Amino acid sequence: MNPKLAQKIAFVFLLIATLCVIVPVLIILFIIVKQGYSAITWEFLTTMPRDGMRAGGIFPAIVGTLSIVLTAISITLPIGVGAAIYLNEYAGDNALTRIIKLSIVNLAGVPSVVYGLFGLGLFVIFLNLGVSILAGALTLSIMELPVIITTARGALSSVPQSFREASLSLGVSRWQTTRYVVLPNALPGIMTGAILSIARISGETAPILFTAAAFYVPHLPRSMFDQVMALPYHLYIMSTQIPNVPKNLTFGTALVLLMLVLAMSLVAIVTRVYFRKRRKW
Amino acid sequence: MKSKKILDTVIEKIIFCCGILAIVFVVLIFGFLLKESFSFFKDYGIINFVTGKLWYPTSAPPRFGILSLMAGSFFVTLGAAAVAIPLGVMAALYIAEVAPVSIRDFLKSGVELLAAIPSVVIGFIGMVTLVPLVRTVFDLPTGLTAFAGSIMLGFMALPTIVSISEDAIRAVPWNYKEGALALGATRWQTMYRIVLPAALPGIIAAVMLGLGRVIGETMAVMMITGNAAQIPAGIFEPVRTMTATIAAEMGETVKGSMHYRSLFSIGVILFMITFCINFIADLFLHRMKR
Repeated sequence: MNPKLAQKIAFVFLLIATLCVIVPVLIILFIIVKQGYSAITWEFLTTMPRDGMRAGGIFPAIVGTLSIVLTAISITLPIGVGAAIYLNEYAGDNALTRIIKLSIVNLAGVPSVVYGLFGLGLFVIFLNLGVSILAGALTLSIMELPVIITTARGALSSVPQSFREASLSLGVSRWQTTRYVVLPNALPGIMTGAILSIARISGETAPILFTAAAFYVPHLPRSMFDQVMALPYHLYIMSTQIPNVPKNLTFGTALVLLMLVLAMSLVAIVTRVYFRKRRKW
Repeated sequence: MKSKKILDTVIEKIIFCCGILAIVFVVLIFGFLLKESFSFFKDYGIINFVTGKLWYPTSAPPRFGILSLMAGSFFVTLGAAAVAIPLGVMAALYIAEVAPVSIRDFLKSGVELLAAIPSVVIGFIGMVTLVPLVRTVFDLPTGLTAFAGSIMLGFMALPTIVSISEDAIRAVPWNYKEGALALGATRWQTMYRIVLPAALPGIIAAVMLGLGRVIGETMAVMMITGNAAQIPAGIFEPVRTMTATIAAEMGETVKGSMHYRSLFSIGVILFMITFCINFIADLFLHRMKR
């Protein structure tokens, strides 16, 4: 076959494959928005569910998800940034460093439901926290640790080496250099990673299944040791466990969850673009 | 001055502790899974567990054979691979080498968007769109089948496969391509004779990581595949995966019971499978860097 023609045919096939990836995403978004937006009212967002989830709102699920996720990120962010600083600024090229990196890679690959088992075994039962916001948040924080470490390391390593050398040559100690020169310059990248992580764990269901989520709680959480309803789990039970839920309520729940996740991803992307433009090197 | 030095040392110690925490967590996870499953293996026998075909955890006497669950995971993963590998690698080639710069960012955001959709939302959408479609098109008693699960899981593996393959394709040095083009090869000939082989280790790693995600995926698979614990006779049968079994049954077990410990034992097996996949994928990625 004529190589020019072969190239044309090949490129058409590549384009079709790419469209097969992108178009379904747009269709999914379209269906959820179209079927769900009629359910989104002020009442839906701010009241309790009624009639066994077949009417009313999803307020407790929203509050539950936010409290689990914010607790999780405030635990995992300092630890993750600390680990990233160690790997990027202190660690030598030795066996320990290689083992740490391997552990991070493997933590990132552990299935989410296995994190759920681990959280059940360690936090709920062994540490006796019970099924609670705290147990769920701790489980999610360990699950998100590799992501935070990886993005924070990326942000730290993008700070030019000359910044460190200038500071160190003035007699400033290693930690002071990290604290006052490297960290401020890496902060936007670290924040972007953190916001993306919040978005990601907001949608996680399997890790909180046995550690935090409740089918129905008739009141808002009062402490860290309460069980809570959570948006992704609520969507799961509405679509599989309860018969005859009005369709628009289920789609509405999916839409709220999706908007929460996408809005945070958007904030992260805007932050990244804004700081990249302002960066002077 | 001296107190400042002490503070520095203390902070550096804390940072070191954060650094080794990743190791601690991997060991803790494995330890806690083993703690529950070890006694189960002793009571039930690891051979009976892995080779038994019947999963009746609540009958008398209970049966804990996970062969059908492993077959379920295997089937669904194989189906997802058939969907995701060709689509993913081709899309990565298009985005990295063919797409005009003006739409490249749009395509990449589309892939990122897919990665951002929570798995429970993918499961829900699959239930209300794909499952009824599969049922009517193939005239089946139920659309909740390995086939529908494979398609949805294939999609969930795509973002990983596309973005890591794309990085690998871009990492191929310019002079490789220039050499081929200078000899009169077309862009397509250059792509599949030069670029693809050079990027192969990275693409293999991308596929492994994508399929690792599929094996560990829980919510979507539980909602779409029908949850029948049987060795599937074909792709249009309901199946049940290892992950879905844990998620569906853990809520009903009594703490410390045989059933409870058997679910942790499934967890150990999942942990070891994904550990191996990630370890090997990491080796491929390192080879790519050299």
